[in-house]
Amino acid sequence: MNSIAAMPNTANTPDLDAVRAAFPALQTEVHGHQVAYFDNAATAQKPQVVLDRIDQYYRQENANVHRGVHTMSQLATDAYEGARERMASFLGASDSREIIFTRGTTEAINLVASSFGRSFGPGDEIIVSAMEHHSNIVPWQLLCERTGARLQVVPVTEDGELDIEEFPILLNARTRLVALVHVSNSLGTINPVRRIITDAHGLGVPVLLDGAQATPHAPVNVQELDVDFYCLSSHKMFGPTGVGVLYGKAEHLEAMPPWQGGGDMIEEVSFTGTTFNEIPHKFEAGTPNIAGVIGMAAAADYLETLGWSWIKQQEQDLLGYATTQLSGIEGLRIIGTAPKKAAVLSFLVGATHPYDVGSVLDRLGIAVRTGHHCTQPLMKQYGIPGTVRASFAFYNTRPEIDRLAEGLRRAAQMLA
Amino acid sequence: MSVLTERAQNLIEEFELFDDWMDRYQHVIDLGKELAPIDESFRSSDYRIHGCQSQVWLQPGQEGANVQFRADSDAQITKGLIAILLRVVNDAPAHEVAGADLAFLDQLELKEHLSPTRKNGLDAMIKQIRLYAGAMAARSSQSS
Ligand SMILES: Cc1ncc(COP(=O)(O)O)c(C=O)c1O
Repeated sequence: MNSIAAMPNTANTPDLDAVRAAFPALQTEVHGHQVAYFDNAATAQKPQVVLDRIDQYYRQENANVHRGVHTMSQLATDAYEGARERMASFLGASDSREIIFTRGTTEAINLVASSFGRSFGPGDEIIVSAMEHHSNIVPWQLLCERTGARLQVVPVTEDGELDIEEFPILLNARTRLVALVHVSNSLGTINPVRRIITDAHGLGVPVLLDGAQATPHAPVNVQELDVDFYCLSSHKMFGPTGVGVLYGKAEHLEAMPPWQGGGDMIEEVSFTGTTFNEIPHKFEAGTPNIAGVIGMAAAADYLETLGWSWIKQQEQDLLGYATTQLSGIEGLRIIGTAPKKAAVLSFLVGATHPYDVGSVLDRLGIAVRTGHHCTQPLMKQYGIPGTVRASFAFYNTRPEIDRLAEGLRRAAQMLA
Repeated sequence: MSVLTERAQNLIEEFELFDDWMDRYQHVIDLGKELAPIDESFRSSDYRIHGCQSQVWLQPGQEGANVQFRADSDAQITKGLIAILLRVVNDAPAHEVAGADLAFLDQLELKEHLSPTRKNGLDAMIKQIRLYAGAMAARSSQSS
C-alpha cells in the first residue's frame, strides 16, 4: 500500500530525505525556488499517508456516520469511531468518550466557554496569560460579557516566560478556570503546565490547556498532566484543516450542557422536551467532518511512527542552529528567549518592518510569518508591531536555514 | 491620453529598466524614502487605511481642482508603493482621479510579488483615494 511506501525507512532513525519526499507540498516552487517552508506554526504540510487516507475514505468508505444500517455507513462509523480511539491514545486519555471532535482549537475553547462557562456568574474569575492566542482570550471575554465574570492575566517576563510567581497570587476562591497556552505560538515558550495544574487543583480549580502548538512537537499525556481540558488542531500536526479535538475529563463533560443543537446529539426529540445523547455525541451536533477526523488520526499514526525522540531531536537541532546563525546577523533581535522553547524563532531585524522583511524573503522562496501572530496583547507589551516568525518542523533542514540567514542579510541590506 | 494614463505609462517604462526583482524592489524602497511627510495630526486612526497589515495613513488635500494627497506607512515597501500611486494621482484633476483605473500597478511587475494582505491594503488605499477625489470633485463642481 502507498502509505507504507511513503513511510521513511525506519530502523531507528528516519532518513530526512525520505521524510521530505513524503510531503508533496515541500516540492512547491515559489518565485523559481523550492519553497523553504518556515510557517509551520500557522499550519504544517501534510504527508502522503494523510492525503491517501482521506482519498481512500472518499473513494471507498464515504457514508454518513451513526445513522445507517447499511455496510458503508458501518464502515464510515467504524473509521470515525476508530479515529476517536486513536486520538484518545494519542493524548493518553483512558476513555475515548472524553474525545470531542471540533473544528479545531478555536472551536474547542469556544465549546468550553459556552458550555462549561454557562454556570459562571458575576465576580467569578478566569485566569489566562499575557501570551495567549486571541482564540484563548476572546471566547473568555465574550463569556465575561454574558456572565459578569472577570479575566485575570498572568504577566509575561521580558524574555518571554510566564511570570510564574504571579500565578498563585491571582489564584483564589473566585477562580473558576485557568485557561493557558501550553506552547506559545509567537515566542515558542513551553510553559510549566504541570506546576500550574498542581497549584490550581490545590484550590479545586480546573485547567484548560491550549495545545495547538504543543501536539506537533512532543507527546502529550492528559492523564499524567491531570489536565481538565486539552485542545488541539489537526492542521498544525500535519493533518487536514477544519478539524481538531477537545479532550475533557468525563466528569466535566457529563455535567456540562450541550452547546449546539441538531442531529446526532439527541436521544429523543419532542416538542415537550428533548433529551440528549451521551458524551461524546452530546457535543457533536450534525454531520461531523468525517474525512477530516479520519485524516487527523492518520496524522497521529504518522507522527508516532516517525517517533517523538527523532522529531524532538531534529527540531531542537534546527532551533539551535537557526538561533546561532540568525544571532550572527547585525541588528537581529530575537523576541522570546525562554530556556525551554519549541522550534519557533520570532525576531526583528534592526528597525525594519516585519512585512518588508517577509516580502523580500517571499521573493526568495522563503515562507515565514509576519505580524502579531494573533497575540496582540503580547506584541503591545514588547512595544512592537509584530515580528518575523520562522517556525520549524522536523522536515526542515540546515541548508534551508542557511537560505533564511542569507535572505535576511539581503533584506537588511535592501531595507537599510 | 489622460494625464493619469500618461504618468502610469512613464512609470511602467521606468520599471522596465530594471530586469531583476531586487532592483525593482530597491527602486520602490527608494521612492518611498522621497515621499513628503504627512502632518502629524493625520497620523491617527481616522486617517488610517484599514485592510493594510502595515500601518498606512492618508492625508487628503487639494489645490484648485487638482488632488494633492500625502501618505505614510511604517513599512518601507508599502511606503514605496504609496509613493508610486501618489506620483500618478497628485496634481491631477479630482474628477479624473475619482473615476481612474489604477490597475497600472499590475504592470509594474510588483503587485504579484507582494503578499495578498498588502495587495488588499493597496486596494483599500486606491479605493480611499478615489472616494476622497469623488468628494472633492463634487464639491468643486458645486462651488463653480
Ligand atoms: C497557540 C494557538 N492557539 C490557538 C490557535 C487557533 O487554532 P485554530 O485556528 O486551528 O483553531 C492557534 C493557531 O494559530 C495557536 O497557535
